[in-house]
Amino acid sequence: MKAAVIVFPGSNCDRDVAVALKASMGHMPLMVWHRDTELPLLDLIVVPGGFSYGDYLRSGAMAAHSPIMREVKTRAEQGVPVLGICNGFQILTEAGLLPGALMRNAGLKFICRDVGLTVEHSDSIFTAKYEAGQSLRIPVAHHDGNYFADEETLNRIEGNGQVAFRYAENINGSARNIAGVYNEKRNVLGMMPHPERLADPELGGTDGKPMFDALVEALS
Amino acid sequence: MKAKVHITLKNGVLDPQGKAVQHALASLGFEGVNDVRQGKFIELDINETDRAKAKEQVEAMCRTLLANTVIENYTVELAD
Repeated sequence: MKAAVIVFPGSNCDRDVAVALKASMGHMPLMVWHRDTELPLLDLIVVPGGFSYGDYLRSGAMAAHSPIMREVKTRAEQGVPVLGICNGFQILTEAGLLPGALMRNAGLKFICRDVGLTVEHSDSIFTAKYEAGQSLRIPVAHHDGNYFADEETLNRIEGNGQVAFRYAENINGSARNIAGVYNEKRNVLGMMPHPERLADPELGGTDGKPMFDALVEALS
Repeated sequence: MKAKVHITLKNGVLDPQGKAVQHALASLGFEGVNDVRQGKFIELDINETDRAKAKEQVEAMCRTLLANTVIENYTVELAD
């Protein structure tokens, strides 16, 4: 399996997710700098968390127009799985690969703690090793995680099964407690919580690990 | 030519920062502030001298990068 992690100036979870992928995959993913314009043949692209471009203008707005993102968009449209975590989720919405937008947390505070999540479906390559309705404990670390979409879009994505995860309690003002969404084809997932931060027992838990294991099993 | 771009949150989109500013104003004794909506102001200096073309150009910039039209509206004002 070949995976790549896109690295922007200001990414800070790129190495964490590389380590989590290595633990499931057996080898390190390719690290791709945002100024690159081409990607080799890949089975998975990860857009990691962090503060790309210092969150200038809007979180993810500048990174969404980085040279490499044209290629990421093309691959996503061809069906290559793309996982965006935290800032990666913000980048994927800004790039138009996922519906909605991530706004400032309703309480205006940066939230950095473990939160309860519910898995909506298990029939995606990202969640095949979870059960529908399963409760997870995964850390969040964000200031702009307040998911917004208009009512029509929310109804549409709910109807299409595009909601991936919901918060057990509404921590940041997100519409309908949404913590993660898929695109229509479910090959692109964006989520605010950080599965890579709880994928090793040494870090206090492994609730994030089944996501990486499921991807490796499906894509190897 | 100078272009002035105002970016505001769409109606119906909650603005927690605006709300916090409103509460701060009230606690400072400024009464009668019914609502506060916070936005962005961006000033551009562009080469284009034709007003219609300049407006078109800046509106394209707004749609592509300066505003997120999922949550924001924008207005463009040109000044010579």
